[in-house]
Amino acid sequence: MRRNLIFVLMSLEVMLNAAGLAFVVAGSRWHQADGQVMFVFILAMAAAEVAVGLALVLQIYHRFKSLDVDAISEMRG
Amino acid sequence: MELTFYIAGGIAVISTVLMLTRLNLVHALLYLIVSLLAVSVVFFVLGAPFVAALEAIVYAGAIMVLFLFVVMMLNIGRQAAETERQWLTPGIWTGPVILAGILILEVVYLARGASAGLGTGATGPKEVGIALFGPYMIGVELASMLLLAGLVGAYHLGFRKTEKLEIQHDTGTHEGRADTGGDLILAGTDRSARAT
Repeated sequence: MRRNLIFVLMSLEVMLNAAGLAFVVAGSRWHQADGQVMFVFILAMAAAEVAVGLALVLQIYHRFKSLDVDAISEMRG
Repeated sequence: MELTFYIAGGIAVISTVLMLTRLNLVHALLYLIVSLLAVSVVFFVLGAPFVAALEAIVYAGAIMVLFLFVVMMLNIGRQAAETERQWLTPGIWTGPVILAGILILEVVYLARGASAGLGTGATGPKEVGIALFGPYMIGVELASMLLLAGLVGAYHLGFRKTEKLEIQHDTGTHEGRADTGGDLILAGTDRSARAT
């Protein structure tokens, strides 16, 4: 199992992309523009999420000197 | 037309699986960019050229460059030169180049052939824009607010890092001062010892 934080973020991008692909395919099936509109919204959300996530990754790396997800389990969630 | 769709979809799946199985971060980023470009070609074949352009520009252009910047910033401290030398070995980039070449051939074929749209007509940017700024106006406003919140949050998180670095730098100078003070004291004791 991958434990790298940047891999987690990249996999998140792939999942959001899959959701957007489903929206666009559905919009193309019924000849509506709504699917593409929803993809634009997903794109904006992914951009904001990746900006905050990468800033958090930088902060975590400067604080823990590691990108391992298990190294940050201080709260024992 | 259907064959291009299946080829692009297969390239997307293959490059995503290769991205997940890479051990190196930059190689995984290369395969992720190829995967996003393949999904962009899929969008074009499906009859959504506006979204295809957005995918290629925003996802494969902007967000991946953001990832690359962070990878470069994280790699400053630890053995940077040696890893760079490892990454520059030829043969690493043949996989992404082959997959991207197939995608380029598909795009050339699509540009020479008929217009986009798998069987049915395409939904162009005009209809998307009318729908975006017509019934989805509140969504556009919410997306703009979300982007502003993301901008402020990313700026805040990045700003505290530099502040912390400044504090570390400050303590470093304090340590230096304490070191010189110790030197002075030691010189004083030396002098006193020499005097006695």
